[in-house]
Amino acid sequence: MSIKIAVIQFPGANCDLDAVHVLNNVINVEANLIWHNHFKESQYDGVILPGGFTFGDYLRAGIIAAHSPALDEARVMLKDGRPIIGICNGFQILAEAEILPGALLKNENLKFICKWIKIKVENNKTAFTNKMNKGDVLNIPVAHGEGRFYTDNLKELAENEQIAFRYSNENGEITSESNPNGSIENIAGVCNLEQNCLGLMPHPERASEAILSPYGTTHGKLFFESMVDFIKRRS
Amino acid sequence: MASEYIVEIILENKPAARDPVGETIKRDLLAKKGYDMVSNVRSGQYLRLYLEAESEENAQDIVEDLLNKLRIFNPVTQNFKILSLTKE
Repeated sequence: MSIKIAVIQFPGANCDLDAVHVLNNVINVEANLIWHNHFKESQYDGVILPGGFTFGDYLRAGIIAAHSPALDEARVMLKDGRPIIGICNGFQILAEAEILPGALLKNENLKFICKWIKIKVENNKTAFTNKMNKGDVLNIPVAHGEGRFYTDNLKELAENEQIAFRYSNENGEITSESNPNGSIENIAGVCNLEQNCLGLMPHPERASEAILSPYGTTHGKLFFESMVDFIKRRS
Repeated sequence: MASEYIVEIILENKPAARDPVGETIKRDLLAKKGYDMVSNVRSGQYLRLYLEAESEENAQDIVEDLLNKLRIFNPVTQNFKILSLTKE
């Protein structure tokens, strides 16, 4: 079986080509860059919603893209059990589309934050984390102005194991110093109830090759390897 | 007979969601310049809609409908308030 992944391109997307590159050349699966209005779910096994500033982030980050027909296609895929990941702006889009819980607000320090941070794996059963161990600490970069995760429903998220990642220090301790943007309970990524959709603010596609990492690590690769593994196991 | 209406809307973070823009204006500007009497600042987004409607009630219905259906405000973190509704 040959796996085919769609990387959805909205006006104002970034790191879309990085995601295609990682899938094609690092993970060695076919990935196509698809303009959001042209995307048809039936042709794909999985989807990546990349980062960026779709539609200028006007009104709120992700809200205009959340009304794209691509999101209707995405809902069909999710219902069918296929995996979708939203990275950075992709996470904001999935939250605004109410596919993922919560909301992403302006960073607490009001600055655009662009740096390598650490995240701790809280749930390794999702379609994008099954190659990780619970408690693993990953090196990964963030680059966002509106990444402060907020929910008024923390208890339910925790009970349903929807908290996938938290910002931590290198020892895996959840501290306020390791929280770059003021996210509630250091939450860096969440998944849907069915665990086939993940959204996170950090950029795994920028952390998948040792040459791009100040630590020589390739932790970002684990997300895409997990996705491929998940797709293979479902077929 | 349809008329032109102007509807002003404010979108604001819910009280439980911190508003660093308002906090910064208060802490780093007002407090430093001696305006200690200001105890809180909350920022928001302002929208002005120009629309055709049959009546004031109809204009209000249309606006509330689009605010809710298109998620113009984020119900997780924001409230909206119609500040004014006037016939042009």
